[in-house]
Formats: sequence, C-alpha cells, structure tokens
Amino acid sequence: MFQRRFGGVLAVVALVAAACGPAASSTAPTAAATGAAPTGAAATGAAPTAAAPTVELPSAVGPGEGSLNLVIWAGYAERGAVDKAYDWVTPFETATSCKVTTTDMSDSNNGVSLMQSGQYDGISASGDATARLIQGGIVAPVNTALLSNYAKVFAGLKGLPHNTVNGISYGVPHGRGPNLIGYNTGKITPAPTNWDPIWEGGSAYKGKISIYDSSIFIADAALHLMRTKPDLGIKDPYQLTKPQFDAAVALLQALNANQPTYWSGVTDQVASYTSGDVVIGTTWQYQVNLLQTDKQPIQAVFPDEGSTGWSDTWMIAKKAAHPNCMYLWMNHMMSAQANGQATVWFGEAPTSPEACAYAETIAPGHCAQTHATDEAYYAKVHYWATPQTDCADTDAATTCVSQDDWVSAWTTLRGG
Amino acid sequence: MIESRAIRIALRIASALVLAFLYLPLVVLAIYAFNDSRIQAWPPAGFSLRWFGEAASNPGVIKAVTTSLIAGSVATVLALVLGTMAALAVHRFRFFGRETVSFLLVLPIALPGVVTGIALQRTFKTFDINLGLMTVIVGHATFCVVIVYNNVIARLRRLPSSPEEASSDLGADIWTTFRRVTAPRLGTALLSGALLAFALSFDEIIVTNFTAGPGTQTVPLWILSAIQRPNELPVVNVVAFVLILASVFPVWLAQRISGAETAGARL
Amino acid sequence: MTTDVSRPREQREAPEGRDPPVPRAAPGLRRRLAIWLHGRRRVQLGLLLGTPLGWLAIAYLGSLFILLLSAFWTKDPFTGNVEPFTWSLRAFELLLGGDVYRTVALRTIGMAALVTVTDALLAFPIAYYMARIASPRTRNALVIAVLLPLWAAYLVKVYAWRTILQGNGLLEWVLTPFGIESQGLKSLANSWLVLSYLWLPYMIVPVYAGLERIPRSFLEASADLGGRAGTTFRRVLLPLVFPALVAGSIFTFSLTLGDYITPDLVSDAKFIGNVIYDNSALGNPPLAAAYSMLPIAIMTVYLLTARRLGAFASL
Repeated sequence: MFQRRFGGVLAVVALVAAACGPAASSTAPTAAATGAAPTGAAATGAAPTAAAPTVELPSAVGPGEGSLNLVIWAGYAERGAVDKAYDWVTPFETATSCKVTTTDMSDSNNGVSLMQSGQYDGISASGDATARLIQGGIVAPVNTALLSNYAKVFAGLKGLPHNTVNGISYGVPHGRGPNLIGYNTGKITPAPTNWDPIWEGGSAYKGKISIYDSSIFIADAALHLMRTKPDLGIKDPYQLTKPQFDAAVALLQALNANQPTYWSGVTDQVASYTSGDVVIGTTWQYQVNLLQTDKQPIQAVFPDEGSTGWSDTWMIAKKAAHPNCMYLWMNHMMSAQANGQATVWFGEAPTSPEACAYAETIAPGHCAQTHATDEAYYAKVHYWATPQTDCADTDAATTCVSQDDWVSAWTTLRGG
Repeated sequence: MIESRAIRIALRIASALVLAFLYLPLVVLAIYAFNDSRIQAWPPAGFSLRWFGEAASNPGVIKAVTTSLIAGSVATVLALVLGTMAALAVHRFRFFGRETVSFLLVLPIALPGVVTGIALQRTFKTFDINLGLMTVIVGHATFCVVIVYNNVIARLRRLPSSPEEASSDLGADIWTTFRRVTAPRLGTALLSGALLAFALSFDEIIVTNFTAGPGTQTVPLWILSAIQRPNELPVVNVVAFVLILASVFPVWLAQRISGAETAGARL
Repeated sequence: MTTDVSRPREQREAPEGRDPPVPRAAPGLRRRLAIWLHGRRRVQLGLLLGTPLGWLAIAYLGSLFILLLSAFWTKDPFTGNVEPFTWSLRAFELLLGGDVYRTVALRTIGMAALVTVTDALLAFPIAYYMARIASPRTRNALVIAVLLPLWAAYLVKVYAWRTILQGNGLLEWVLTPFGIESQGLKSLANSWLVLSYLWLPYMIVPVYAGLERIPRSFLEASADLGGRAGTTFRRVLLPLVFPALVAGSIFTFSLTLGDYITPDLVSDAKFIGNVIYDNSALGNPPLAAAYSMLPIAIMTVYLLTARRLGAFASL
C-alpha cells in the first residue's frame, strides 16, 4: 500500500518536473537561442551569452500545430473577403493546416498590450513596438537560417536596429512605408508639398482634418519642428529632450484648436474621407487605395521635408503556443507571392526582388511607386521607433522623454 | 374622470411618440437587413434576401453563434444551480445577514459592467489564467445567478411549504423531496429564470469584451469587430436583426410562462 | 395520483408512476448523507448558501479586491509589464495630476444626470397613461410593447443608432432638406440621444409600477379640495411617485456612468468607461484600476442615497 502510494507520488513529481522543465526542449526551432540571449543582450548590451543559433535544416521546423493566433495591422492578413484576388492566408492554411485567426491592433501601444497577454503567437510589429517587445521578453529571437525565403530579402532591410540586437535577429521584415498626406483633390489644389496645410494652415480646414490617434503622432509634430524651428535642435523625432517634447506638444495643442478628427480604425478614416467630413489628413497608402478603388477623389503625397513611417517586422512570441506554425507563417510572408500581394494590397514596399517581380504582375509599377529599392527615398522616412529615456544613443549625458510620458501627454491632449 | 380631456389626449399622443421613439432603431435595422446594396446609405437602394444567405455561410458568424450558444448554456446551468441554492437557503432558513445576501447577489449587476469586466480581467491575468471560453462563462454565470435567484425566490414566496413537509413526513429524504416535490413546483420559475439568464448571456458585451480571449468570439463580439470591416456591414445588419428576434423570443416566452402563474401554486 | 387508503398498505397496488427500485449502492450513500443532514439545519444552510456565496465571494468580490490592489501596483514604464504585489502610488499621481481625468469624470457624471432627467421626462407621460388611463387590455399590450426593446440586445440597438446617425444615414436624409448639416458620428449629443434611448424602458417600468400603486382616492380628494391639474401633480402625485423615479434613476445613472461602447460607437468624446477600457487595452492597467474606483465610489453613494429615499421598496 505504501509503495503504491509512494510510486504514485513519484510519478506525479516526475510529471510536474517534466512540465516545468526548460520550455525550449518542446519547441523544435529555437532550441539553443531561447533563454539566455534575449534579456541579457538587450538589457545590458553585453555580448550574447548563448551560443550562435544552431543551423537547422528547414525540415527541422516541426509540423504545424493546427492553428495560429496573430496580432496584425488591419489589412495584413487578407483571405479574399474584400477582393477575391488578394488572399495570402488561404493558400497558407491549405499548405500547412495552420488555421489563422487575427486580431487587429489600433496602434503599437495596443499591439504591445495584446502581446503581453501571452495568448498570441506572433505580431507584425512596427519599430515603436519592437524595442518594448524585445526588452520586455515578450518575443523570441528568430533562427533565420530556418527560413528559406530570408536569403532573398533586400540587404537594406536586414539587421536594422529596430529588430536586431547585437546581430541577433528578432523577426523578419514584412514591408515598409511612409505616412502620407491624404487630401481631397476636388477641394484642395494644387497638391500640398509639405506638412504646412495641416500644421500652419490648419485653420483653413477647421473640423476637416484627419489625424492618427496614437501617441506616436507626437513625432510628426517633432518632425515638422525640425524644419520650422531648427534651433530646437531636434535630430530624431522619437528621442526628444523635455524642451523639444514640450514644443511638439504645444504644436499639437494648436492643431487641436482646429478640431481635427482622430482616426484609429482604417475603416473610420475611409468613411470620413468618403463622406467629405475630412478633406486632408495623415494616412497610409492602404486607405488611399481603398478610396481610389471606390472612385473617391483622394490622392496621397509624400512631402519634400520627409515624413514618419514604419518598417514592420513579423515577430514570434516567446510563449507562442504554436511556434512551428509561426515559423511557417514568417517564411510564407517572405515568399514572392504572399509578400507581393500583401504589399500591393497595403500600398507598401515589398521586401525582396522576387516579391517586387510578382507585384509587377498584379500592379505594374508598384515597386517604383513605393520606392522599394530607393534607399535615398527612405532616408527621408523616420521609421516609428520607441521613445527611450536614454535617447537610444551612447551618450550617457542625454535624457529623453519616456514612452510613458508620450502616452500621458497624448491622453491629456485627446481627452480634454 | 380626474384628468381632463385635453390632458388625456396629450398623454395619448405623448405615449405614441415615445413608443415610436422606442421602435425607430429596431425598424430601421430591420429595413437595413433587407437592403440590397453593400453601402449603408439611406434610403436603401433595393431589397433582397441575399445577405441572409451570406450570413448563414459566413464562417466567423457560425463560429460566433456556436461560441455564444455554448457559453450561454453552460453559464445558464451554473446560474440555475447556484441561484436555486441561494434562493432555497434564503427562503427556508432564518439566519443573520439575510438582507445582505440579497444585496450581495445583486451587486454584479448593480455596479457598472465596466468595473466587473476589468476586475475579472485583472484577476485572470494576475493568476495567469488564459482568457478564453471558460473566463467568459465565469463572467456570465456570475451575473446570471441573481436572475435565477429572483425568479425562484419570487415563486418560493408564493408557494406554501406544506407539500414539502408532507413529503418528509411520508419518509422521503431531502434529495427525493427536492427532486419530486420542490423542483416540479418551481418548474416554470426555473424555466423562465433560465430563459432570462440565457438571453442575458447571449447578448452581453460590456463584460465579455474584457473576459474573452483572442480566439473566443461571441456574437456581440463578432458584431463589434465586424463594424470595423465595411465589407461585412451587410452581414452585420442581418446578424443584428436575427439577434433581436433571438433575444426577444426567449424573454417573451419567459414572460408568458411566469406571468401565467398568477393564481398561485396548487399541485 | 390517488392513494386508496381503504386497504392496508401491504395490500395496495403500487400507484402508477412510482419509480422502479434503484440499485443499492447509490442510494445507500445518498440516503446516509440525507439522514446525516436531516436535523442538522446549520450544515444544510451552510452548504446551500455557501456554494453560491462562495462563488460570488471568490469570483466577484475577490476580483474586485484584486482590482483595488492592482491600482497600487507598479508598471514597468518601458515595457508596460505589470508587476503584481509591488506597490506604488504612480497611478493615483497620474490621475490627480492630469486635468483630462477630471474633465472626463465631470463629463460622464453630467451626462448621466442629463440622461436621467431626460428619461424621467420621457417616461412619465407614457407611464401615467399606462397606469391610470389605459384599459387593462391596452395596458398589458403596452407593458409588453415597452419591455420588448429592452430585451433586444444592447449592442444591436447601439449599432442601429449608429446606422441612423452616420454620414448618409437616416438623420442626414431627414435634415438635409432643411439645410441642417448632420454632425455624423462626432457629436456628444449622439451619446445623449442613444443613452437616453437605451435606458428609457428601465425608467418607464418602475414609474409605471409606482403610479399604479397610488390610490385613486388621493387624486380625487385633491381635486375635491380645489386643486387643479398642475397643483395636484406638483403636490400630490410627484411626492408619491418620487421613490419610483429614484429607483428608475439607479439604472439610468449607473448604466450611463460605466458605458464605454456607446460613446465609442456613436461619438468622439471619452467617458469614464472609455478611459478604463483604453488603459486596460493600451497598457496601463494600474491606471485603469485606479480610475475604476471612481464609478464604484459614486455608485455606492448613489445606492445608499437611493435606499434612504425609499427607492428599493419600489424596485
């Protein structure tokens, strides 16, 4: 009797020990890379303590687990519901049996918060989310050697600071694009060439301006100040000292007096342009494409002085319940057909020459339009990045306004 | 005739206006459900039934309806058990703090739903409980308990206790007494409580928005996310219209059932 | 099911419907448990009451308690991770320091009061008609007619109003011939309209019940004593129906105070509920928790006041 009981207890203890053991052993791809590298390297900037990721054959990515939960920007995972020609999810599901469910994020803050719940496998993160995800230990590094399509990605998109830490890659690029001025050609001629109509000229369009509802928009104000108030010395619109930040917020308060309409859902902005409630605003090529398909007189323009923008990365959650499906998805999204369709659909630049070539077949001129290989163009685009108190530079003397304070300032601006 | 004729006429007109106000959105929604065009403009361009077909075959809708049915059923069963137990306890026994019990049971629906929602969400996250169907059910059951409780205790107060006493006198133990005497007498109260609880669970959104996980979508959650997708709006109209019918019917039924028991209880 | 008592028990036929004998083992345990419980009223009570109360205590009060605690937890300012059981007053500092939170609170409370008054005004005529003028058949029909929209799903009703109020919707179609421009989905008045609509049946029902209870003789006496309609209303009717109005107001006030879906779907302005929801979704849960203390405090005060005014008797 005692032996049976004891054996039973032993069995339970063994089971518990096995369950609580290192999680890495159960997820095939990132056996060695998970664990020591992320928090250590990212937090202290020290050399990576883990061994270099073991090079595994693509077949080492195990079979799909049957489902995949993603956090995405609206429009990043289409299954032909809006336009039958644009569907890169169904082929994936058929090929891998990973059923995809998606949740749209309204902005990067929302995306980070969703990922914190630990219930998603991956996210298409912009640069103002990646740092928090990496340093918060929410995402895991990626063994790019397992992804056959990674080699074909443009060199200029690999190893970028917002998704690579000390040579370790934390995701694969999806596409990049600028924030644009979207305006109604019937109401506004000639076409705007810079951001003045929104900032200085705002009163002319009182009540009819459309502004992105996220704290990251403070950077757009800072960007405008780079040209109009150079003596503030703003070099990076995301890393702002207190006086620079206050100046940006003051500019936004002046804008607020013109009663802009704030959009967080793509559909809301499209509806407001369509109904004529707004005639000018900040937008993505995606909305402009949707409006033009609907025969609305809306055009987008990239101002001479440059703009904010984003370069999105597919990242895998450290606690992903379906890591194999996520690896398969990341590889799929770098394939010519998927990336070509996705980037044409959203109006952003593809990530590889093959994707460009495919994009040409469904939308001729797409790669030239989105300046996919034009690094000079993207030199004028300030990708979304996370405001950090250490200003993300090596100079210990500088302190910048924190991400938290950006959100607080934005809440105050919007709620009052 | 206390009220003058003028006042009566004025009141009649006012009542008609208020009723019109109450039904306006429901009628407009019904019209939109049959709207042929994809664009949500007024007046509707034409009428057709095609969106009903699309809604019936939409995988998101089907999944949402299934989730709602499962969540509603389980939550209702839980609420039935807990609510009946509480009602029996309060009715049959005298104990210290009786009024507090009623107050406690009412609290989940007395406090604003957003507070209940965020409290549950924060608790689940603190103890690392994944949000999903179970957490939705827990939330629903918690505020459905009081509905069953109210129905059952109202019935218990109307019923004399002699049949139960007779039953124990005849040698039945408490389980048998409950099963064969109490439960049948409570029958329609339980049924109407269950219908009301199910209806409440089916169209709950305020708390569910906090307690549902990424893969879990009840019908109201589906509607909320579909509002952001203009292509799905015609299907949303249909689903909304059907949801009106589906939530009105069980409650009307409950009203008929419990309303009919006005003569008090006799075996 | 009659029992023939003229013959001794052993000779009677078994009445129809009696269950066949069940196997021994199960009732053995049940029977023994039943015998043990019999007479132990306290234990019966404990089990009967303890289970649902236990559920409520853990699932509901417990989570409210955790919410209260979480308002004092720290949040990593960079990653947004909440560290449970590590204490700080940062959330409250932010709340007290930011004007926006005061504005939102005042806006919400103001709207709740406005909606309550609107609903009281709208409910009274129809409740009076139903209670005192309509024939019994009409009255029953009206009760159902008033309750029916209440039963329709909340989100569906808000969505229906959204389709009416949005650009190119019904409202714009009605206003355009008059040259009035519809505000679309931006105006605060939309929230007022929709919230008043949503909670109107909650106000009609108690007021109707309250008016029904007033004896005819009171009003007749007032008329006999020379009171005209206005005086009777002001000095007899209103004080008598006041507890019912307060009862109805509990719903309209509480439901408006916490709503976040309606302001989000039909207007641009943020209410208390929106701040709570946005912060829990956008990564400042302690702030959301701290802010939610406000509606709890307000409703507690409101409920206690309502109880003193006799509203609970009218529910």
